[in-house]
Amino acid sequence: MNDENNKKEIDEVTGVETTGHEWDGLKELNTPLPRWWLWIFYVTIIWSVWYWVIYPAWPTLSGNTEGTGQYTQFNELAASQNEIVERQKAYLDRFEGASFEEILDDPELYAFAIAGGSSAFKDNCATCHGTGGAGGKGYPNLNDDDWLWGGTLSEIHQTLEFGIRENNYDTRLSQMPAFGKDELLTKHEVDAVVDYVLSLSNNKILETEVVEGAQIFKMQCASCHGDDGKGSHDFGAPNLADKIWLYGGDRSSVYQSVYSSRAGMMPAWGNRLDENTLKQLTVFLHQLGGGEEEQENVSAATESDQ
Amino acid sequence: MNTEKPNYNYDIVKLFTLATVFWGVVGMLAGVFIAAQMAFPSLNIEPYLNFGRLRPVHTSGVVFAFGGNALFATSYYIVQRTCGVRLWNDKLANFTFWGYQAFIIMAALGYVLGVTQSKEYAQPEWYADLWLTIVWVAYLLVYLVTCIKRKEPHLYVANWFFLAFIITVAVLHLGNNISLPVDIFGAKSYSAFAGVQSAMIQWWYGHNAVGFFLTAGFLGMMYYFIPKQAGRPIYSYRLSIIHFWSLIFIYIWAGPHHLHYTALPDWAQTLGMTFSIMLWMPSWGGMINGVMTLSGAWHKLREDPILQFMIVALAFYGMATFEGPLMSIRAVNSLSHYTDWTVGHVHAGALGWNGFITFGCLYYLVPKLWGRERMYSTKLISMHLWIATIGIVFYISAMWVSGIMQGLMWRSYDDMGFLEYSFVESVMAMKPFYIIRMLGGLLFLTGALIMVYNFWRTIRGDVNPKEQDLSAPNSTQGAAA
Repeated sequence: MNDENNKKEIDEVTGVETTGHEWDGLKELNTPLPRWWLWIFYVTIIWSVWYWVIYPAWPTLSGNTEGTGQYTQFNELAASQNEIVERQKAYLDRFEGASFEEILDDPELYAFAIAGGSSAFKDNCATCHGTGGAGGKGYPNLNDDDWLWGGTLSEIHQTLEFGIRENNYDTRLSQMPAFGKDELLTKHEVDAVVDYVLSLSNNKILETEVVEGAQIFKMQCASCHGDDGKGSHDFGAPNLADKIWLYGGDRSSVYQSVYSSRAGMMPAWGNRLDENTLKQLTVFLHQLGGGEEEQENVSAATESDQ
Repeated sequence: MNTEKPNYNYDIVKLFTLATVFWGVVGMLAGVFIAAQMAFPSLNIEPYLNFGRLRPVHTSGVVFAFGGNALFATSYYIVQRTCGVRLWNDKLANFTFWGYQAFIIMAALGYVLGVTQSKEYAQPEWYADLWLTIVWVAYLLVYLVTCIKRKEPHLYVANWFFLAFIITVAVLHLGNNISLPVDIFGAKSYSAFAGVQSAMIQWWYGHNAVGFFLTAGFLGMMYYFIPKQAGRPIYSYRLSIIHFWSLIFIYIWAGPHHLHYTALPDWAQTLGMTFSIMLWMPSWGGMINGVMTLSGAWHKLREDPILQFMIVALAFYGMATFEGPLMSIRAVNSLSHYTDWTVGHVHAGALGWNGFITFGCLYYLVPKLWGRERMYSTKLISMHLWIATIGIVFYISAMWVSGIMQGLMWRSYDDMGFLEYSFVESVMAMKPFYIIRMLGGLLFLTGALIMVYNFWRTIRGDVNPKEQDLSAPNSTQGAAA
């Protein structure tokens, strides 16, 4: 370049020649490329070429170069899933055929069930019931021993598998009437029965309204909730005599329940989870709350109490 | 050097400078607000100000409104000064200003009203895209004709980068926004691409928006303002050529690394990853050329907060352009993808590199444009620098910890082969880091507000009385001690 602007000079500080150009007072040194920079650049290129040889890399007319390493992301997925499956398999072979009784008796299977149940719970159930199973309004607390549809292993399993108010034959199904909305009771009568229901858990002295409410309760509610209001697992009828409330125990919440009724639902997990996971969840839930003994023992125990 | 001074068009640069500052504050404010929404979801104001609608307001606000206006301002300044001619066609230049602001408002209004193409960094719908195309062609014309009419025999390196930025962004914009409007009076359109092709086009666009908008364009700024502020020649002309061509050639291939372990074919993932690795040194070329330009002027770095802004910017640039190739490696990506690590990475680049180099350039430009001897207060520049730097450190370290923790929690299995954590547990674990991130953003915004105050006083013609003694006529380089 020998144009008029070619005024190469030596920079005093660095001793390097400039390119001889100048723009708005700016000049450029003609420093060679830093060696380390160039070498790392070469290394990344060589590494990339090596990578193209090993892995699927370049498109061709009939597909793509497949590489010598037989890599596909599907193989990688299968390999990493296999690793996890292997870990479960050590237990699963025995777990699969085991009855609940056998699982409870075998510490290893029991630990496996708890671990699997806890994991499945957090991924599937926690959305409504909370990470710790404490529930919320409309979603039962699973840590207590208050069961709507029964707390034995087989009852829990059925509830899980078929869900509550779901669309299948074995689902847990019941519907409390909307006493106020459907005009089965007058507003005054609803008020009275609400007072009575509240009194069941409040130990308050019976006032006149409550006495009237007791009459109505006997006629309208006792068939499901029982004469003593302690509920029934057959209908998923809550125990009204304790201080555990699914939809709130303040007067207006209870009024709302009687007036419009409630009908919460839970999905049938049998459609989504495999049997092993259901069993794990069952055992996990059973120990989480006060799981009940199987039916025969319970009725035997109650009878002997009486 | 030309002795006769051309009558440069500074008015247009002033307009874009003011717009840069204005949109910078708006975009950063939106950022702090959505960061707060992440930590405290009740701050979501439905439907117009929920996170989903405000996030593009933030990203477009800082990238296209703040960054875009900064690129317009600096490129129009630099192209005139280094070509030795007035910017071509005042009317068209003015049109690029008002047209671009109209685009920003069109886009932002669409976002809060729920009008979106759902393509990251390309959310504006077809009508805004068409409008931007017209504005961008005008920009290219103004820039190119100014270059062609130059009085200097050669084109200065900063202009190569600006031209690469303008042309490539045009190509990306046209490619990714091909769509069919549902009707001519409606906002909705459908993309011409579907499925994995759509994803690939989107990330070809998205990655090169980072590459050509936020990297090439801002390197253009760097190549002018660092040697100016340092008063030194560019370190290596050869390096600038090699890293320029290798950068633009390699960058355009790297998009598929955004789609690792997806329906994108393995071979495309491999190419995206390997080209990202090869991109490491070309990216670093810009950093080396910037930092080494200070050879022989290191003492200036001690006293000059404007130069400090620029050099810290390059440090963050170097960090982010090392982290990028690292995260593009499939195995690393399997941990980092979809986590906050990505968010931290982006912000190391956006706050550290784009933000700081812009602040440095603005501090250089504002006194020059408004004919002031110096900024109102050098101490306030220093304060801005430190508050913003601490903000960035808060931000990116919180996101590193949170992101890596998130990635590890998602993939963690126990001995029996069960997932150890649920998704919601990983969300709960991130909360403290969300709060730290929000505070980091707040510090960064605070720094920017200090800058606004400093500009306001400077433009008014004030000099901080306590710093009067520094305002000796020869101290524009901040050299007096």
